[in-house]
Amino acid sequence: MRYLPLTPADRHEMLGVIGAASIDDLFVDVPDAARLDGPIHGLPMHASEMAVERHMTALARQNMTAGDGPFFLGCGAYKHHVPASVDHLIQRGEFLTAYTPYQPEIAQGTLQMLFEFQTQVARMLGTDVANASMYDGSTACWEAIGMARRITRRGKAILSSGLHPHYVSVARTMAKYTGDALVTATPTLTADTDIDTLIAQIDDDTSCVVVQYPDILGRIADLTPLADACHAKKALLIAVVTEPVAMGAIRSPGEMDADIVVGEGQSIGVGLQFGGPYVGLMGCKDKYIRQMPGRFCGETVDADGRRGFVLTLSTREQHIRREKATSNICTNSGLCALAFSIHMTLLGEAGLRRLAAINHAGACRAADRLSRIPGVRLVNDLFFNEFTIDLGKEARPIVRALADKGILAGVSLGRLYPAADALATGLVVAVTETTSEADVEALATALQEELA
Amino acid sequence: MSINQSGWRPTSPDAAQGDVPASFTGNKALMLEERLIFEIGSTDTTGVDFAEGDVAGSRLGNLTRKASIGLPGLAEPEAVRHYTRLSRQNYAIDLGLFPLGSCTMKHNPRLNEKMARLPGFADVHPLQPTDTVQGALAVIHELAHWLVTLTGMASVAMSPKAGAHGELCGILAIKAALAKRGDTDRRVILVPESAHGTNPATAAFAGFSVEDIPATDEGRVDSAALIARLGPDVAGVMITNPNTCGLFERDMKAISDAVHAAGGYVYCDGANFNAIVGRVRPGDLGIDAMHINLHKTFSTPHGGGGPGSGPVVFSDALTPFAPLPFVEKQGDGFVLIEEETAGEHHASSFGRMVAFHGQMGMFTRALTYILSHGADGLRQVAEDAVLNANYILRSLDTTLDAPFGNSGPCMHEALFSDDGLAEGFSTIDIAKGLIDEGFHPMTMYFPLVVHGAMLVEPTETESKAALDQFIGALRSVAERAKAGDQALKSAPHFAPRSRLDETLAARKPVLVWKETALAVAAE
Repeated sequence: MRYLPLTPADRHEMLGVIGAASIDDLFVDVPDAARLDGPIHGLPMHASEMAVERHMTALARQNMTAGDGPFFLGCGAYKHHVPASVDHLIQRGEFLTAYTPYQPEIAQGTLQMLFEFQTQVARMLGTDVANASMYDGSTACWEAIGMARRITRRGKAILSSGLHPHYVSVARTMAKYTGDALVTATPTLTADTDIDTLIAQIDDDTSCVVVQYPDILGRIADLTPLADACHAKKALLIAVVTEPVAMGAIRSPGEMDADIVVGEGQSIGVGLQFGGPYVGLMGCKDKYIRQMPGRFCGETVDADGRRGFVLTLSTREQHIRREKATSNICTNSGLCALAFSIHMTLLGEAGLRRLAAINHAGACRAADRLSRIPGVRLVNDLFFNEFTIDLGKEARPIVRALADKGILAGVSLGRLYPAADALATGLVVAVTETTSEADVEALATALQEELA
Repeated sequence: MSINQSGWRPTSPDAAQGDVPASFTGNKALMLEERLIFEIGSTDTTGVDFAEGDVAGSRLGNLTRKASIGLPGLAEPEAVRHYTRLSRQNYAIDLGLFPLGSCTMKHNPRLNEKMARLPGFADVHPLQPTDTVQGALAVIHELAHWLVTLTGMASVAMSPKAGAHGELCGILAIKAALAKRGDTDRRVILVPESAHGTNPATAAFAGFSVEDIPATDEGRVDSAALIARLGPDVAGVMITNPNTCGLFERDMKAISDAVHAAGGYVYCDGANFNAIVGRVRPGDLGIDAMHINLHKTFSTPHGGGGPGSGPVVFSDALTPFAPLPFVEKQGDGFVLIEEETAGEHHASSFGRMVAFHGQMGMFTRALTYILSHGADGLRQVAEDAVLNANYILRSLDTTLDAPFGNSGPCMHEALFSDDGLAEGFSTIDIAKGLIDEGFHPMTMYFPLVVHGAMLVEPTETESKAALDQFIGALRSVAERAKAGDQALKSAPHFAPRSRLDETLAARKPVLVWKETALAVAAE
């Protein structure tokens, strides 16, 4: 077996050193009834690289990929071009096969990268600090709600109707067990976001308002009045960014005085991968760092006075505080954070802004083109690279039909909100730098045929 | 530059530093210092080319960004060099034995990486129509099948993102099951003292109070104390098996039976499943829920701290409460059951834990690993992991104190304590000494039930020669610690950094780069 270096002679010799007659002697503490003596039911014997590759490739070929044709899906996961060097660098064994940097003297590579990542994320989100990553955007979001509860000592969170429904579901699951009261709503196919409604809902029991920016329908709105309204009631504003490329074109939530900003970092450096692994971004104002979940990397000096980095503020964490920790998170998304950071370093501010401008311009062209189709209405006034159109007919079967024509047309709101009839005609369309004008034309033509 | 003042090893490179001037760059040949991107990059530089031409767009309203973000860029050659230089300051399993107990640093097969990068897996959106992703759903279903088979359980939830997230999944299922039968007075979860910190943190998050269960002198759960504590207020237990002392919990089945008889549920922390895969099925031990760290037992890379993946297997009793989404086979194809489509068939599910469907990129790797090893290989994995750990235990138990050396064979890891070291010397000195010997240290000061614990897990992917070299190195460092060699107190001497000031880092946190950060830290 190619991954097991011990030879039969080694095993024999080692058993001798141990003083055991056979390998079974080492499993003597396992009760007889629990021992599995026969082969594993149905599992074949070991297989060559070639054989396994053949099996996996056959499965992979059963999927239609984002690169196979015109592609317009978003809603929390976006297709962007990732420079070739990113994937090469994250596969360096010293990054790929390292552990969490518990021994900082021989983990400065990971630690310095995390320090750079934290700084990049904080600057993008407009927060004072950021942590070393969470699992993904949805779990970062509910961790932020828990953080707001601890800070405000209040238990009512108001979730915007524009928050990704999976993020709402995750928060709802967790709230059942933490006792938080959640105020939720379903979005409507209007150009305006629900900020005015949210402002009216804030009361003295409110721990936080959670608002997505851009929201699930791609809409954007100034968060400043909402932040002011939250702060007037001593509640926190949590902003959720599922498309970080937008930060190259629009003001960050932190600039609009959000207290905690979380995000899904997948767009930068991390591929679609059918939903994971992704990388959760989480930043906040300085005064809240001791309530943050997850790991922090901090700067310090070594015994010789040289700059170095360590994991720090770990008295918040489970391995020190156990049941009093701010979160149970241990492993996070280190390698995805590395991919994010490398891609961000390649882009730089100039590149991120150019990338964002290209995304926005392409989305504007696509919105104009699609809204010229008879029966199609553009819902958004404002958007970044994703917008919603109302097809006037149920969108989900149309998406299904277009897939047969090789076009992945977007995310139907029927997929995300199957119980909301009022949303069934909505289609969320994302346009990135990978979308060509020919792709848009193909979508427009096919959509027109379906609607005719 | 550090100067060796101890006189230890006069022929070592460090000792010669007094005669050799520091280099102009601060570099030492292949050991290259690297500044931060904020010090070497510029906001005007980019390493990515875009299409030329004007880009027009005006749907941003008054939200158009005006202020600078402050993100430095590097041209591709500089970026590649930056990260390559950083990588060389890391220890990694690719460089040598990485005996971090309970973390299971085994070789990461590169075929797994290649398979995960097939466009059919890597370039697929989670919200595509499900008939365009049948291959992806098939991978999830196939991996789920083998996980259920290997553990002897009834079902598996694939979506948890890592081990701790899997623990939460299991505990929430227990909570949901208790709620379903109206048994809401059970507020206590029993957790052995030797447990991972994630166990009590998880139970507390779910609203349970946590009570410690002591360990016996032989390093196992005190099953008499545990069983005596059971009662109408106990929701369940969280037991790690094999445990964090490296021992198999012989009484596991009896504990499970007693917990069930008392109306509770049994959660097993499966972090150490690698020791028993193919040899023991946790389902035969009466377990109700157990997470499996794909990044441990099934070799997906740790990547410097993740991503992980923590599927949770369930007993029949807890299966109805498993989270959504999950994949079901219907006819010739696979369907994705999400909360909106679960209907009455899955009415008791406790809900969704995560956006989308879990760590697909880890599923492809883990499935590749399972198929590569096959039934014979997986069994050999457990046997070699246990053999290697016992070889280390018995090769060193005359040099180092092995507190549970008489408790029977160890499983996947060998536990030592700092008992017997010279006055003022502890586990950390041995760990830092090992760094100079070219090894990553073992897990330090865990589990908490042993003073100065050193938890050594070699895994099955080490050769005997590698083990012998490690044993020799650890023996040498241990003998120095017993003899009071002061040079150990300032180790490591040969690493990119000497011991780092963790107190300063926590007292004056510098978590993001600022122009003044260095000056502040050096105050």
